[in-house]
Amino acid sequence: MTAVKTEAKAVVPPVDDEELAAGRASRPRGKRRLGPGKPIPLAFLIGPLLLLGVWAWGSAAGWIDDRVLTAPWTVVTTAWERWESGKLGPDLLVSTQRFALGLLFGVLAGLVLALVSGLSRWGEAIVDGPVQIKRSIPNLALLPLLLLWFGIDERMKIITIALGVLIPIYIHTHNGLRSIDGRYAELAETLRLKPAAFIGRVVLPGALPGFLLGMRFAVTSAWLSLVVVEQVNATSGIGYMMLLAGTYGQTDVIIVGLVLYALLGLASDAIVRLIQRRALTWRRTLED
Amino acid sequence: MTETRTASRVDDTARAAGAVVLTDVVKRYGRGPGAVTALDGVSLSVEPGSFTCLLGASGCGKSTLLSLVAGLDDLSGGSIDHVDQPVAMMFQESALFPWLTVQGNVEIAMRVRGVGRAERRRRALELLETVRLTGFAHKRPHELSGGMRQRVALARALAQDASVLLMDEPFGALDAMTRDLLHDELERIWREQGLTVLFVTHNVREAVRLGDQVVLLSSRPGRVLNVYDVELDRPRRIDSAPVAALAAEITDALREEVSRHAN
Ligand SMILES: Nc1ncnc2c1ncn2[C@@H]1O[C@H](COP(=O)(O)OP(=O)(O)OP(=O)(O)O)[C@@H](O)[C@H]1O
Ligand SMILES: [Mg+2]
Repeated sequence: MTAVKTEAKAVVPPVDDEELAAGRASRPRGKRRLGPGKPIPLAFLIGPLLLLGVWAWGSAAGWIDDRVLTAPWTVVTTAWERWESGKLGPDLLVSTQRFALGLLFGVLAGLVLALVSGLSRWGEAIVDGPVQIKRSIPNLALLPLLLLWFGIDERMKIITIALGVLIPIYIHTHNGLRSIDGRYAELAETLRLKPAAFIGRVVLPGALPGFLLGMRFAVTSAWLSLVVVEQVNATSGIGYMMLLAGTYGQTDVIIVGLVLYALLGLASDAIVRLIQRRALTWRRTLED
Repeated sequence: MTETRTASRVDDTARAAGAVVLTDVVKRYGRGPGAVTALDGVSLSVEPGSFTCLLGASGCGKSTLLSLVAGLDDLSGGSIDHVDQPVAMMFQESALFPWLTVQGNVEIAMRVRGVGRAERRRRALELLETVRLTGFAHKRPHELSGGMRQRVALARALAQDASVLLMDEPFGALDAMTRDLLHDELERIWREQGLTVLFVTHNVREAVRLGDQVVLLSSRPGRVLNVYDVELDRPRRIDSAPVAALAAEITDALREEVSRHAN
């Protein structure tokens, strides 16, 4: 009995381990019981494919009238024919160009405004109000005014798209900037980082998650605005093609346009998601 | 106002590089009936090149004291006097920039001083070796354990080359062996570079192992209860009898303070 006691005593390490017992938080990695579970490969394709399956099946079985919704294969052949005859290519190019330019200018403007208002109180006082006001006015409502100001040329279309893009970029980047952990600012303070280094090394990376989230909304918004400007007044582009098809009752061409919008929208969202995943490996969220 | 007070109390010799003198430091958080007095009249003199350990119950204002010395927060009263130069700070929760690699986190401390790229890299790797993290230079903080993150924070604090180093429970998350090794390293670096170290800990033995003086703080409001001068020869061992004896004495005092506060 006594022997056991001494032995047990000898095993105890000489250094007191109060801290170890206190248990600092260190998160175990790997299996998580809560949360959505393991990521499924190519998960984003599953929903759309299911929808496509129902559509194809419905058309084949004759439940879906061809005049109401053209069968998927008809859409493919129509798209191919138009592409072959050189009618689709230019429209597609024009639409993509408008989208890209509008997105570019909108992102730049949103980013600059978010930085100005996120980094200085005066900037916020001046910038935030007008942006919030713009936010509550739908782009569609601004259209008559924009038409008056900029006419019906490309400039007006790109400005309309950019105005729609600017809002989500601004809101989410600004929010990202403001919710950077105060500890990082304290840390930067003790490191005596200069303002430029503080912005470049702390503020911008810290706001990146917010910016990329804004980017996903921005991409969607850009396509949305594109559809609007192309259907309200245009003489080229996918929207115009659909508008024209509508007047001639060509359901298949309308569907081609819709499918194109959907594909382009999906593709651009996928690209943003990919960038998100690449750029934010340092974050641990429910996503991974 | 604080300036005149400082001038009257502290002579110029005490203002040598690395000296830190706290005079009647008061820190209150909030206003009105909900206000918390974290520190109430803390006076403390830290010699340049000395190692001071701060001990006290949880919530007694140790972290507050360090952030005041680091200039991260404003005083409610009194003054803190040290040469106007950056102090290096190691936070209680190892604060690393999650978007930078381990090496990037260490290098950023040198970038400010305009150290060249190659030199930064060399020094960062050297410091990572010191804290036993060779081979982790390109990992991100989320890929490290809590203790490893603290060691990166230590490497970064050292990279700042400041003459005053503030450490808030830096080795709390480490196992006893690693902590022992880092005590030796810290002691070596402290002596070589002539640093002034202010070191917060809950571990009384650790305080006696490392400190020239051990400062015992009271709880709410935080005041200096007692200052123990540790006159044991270095290098000390944390498990040696003299360390244990002094630690036991201080533990008794600390226990008394905690139970007084509990009543
Ligand atoms: N930002 C703050 N706002 C309000 N009260 C605060 C703030 N920071 C600290 N306090 C209060 O000041 C007191 C001292 O806090 P501090 O963090 O300095 O304690 P500590 O000694 O470091 O404790 P621990 O050992 O647990 O880290 C606590 O009562 C705390 O509630
Ligand atoms: Mg603390």
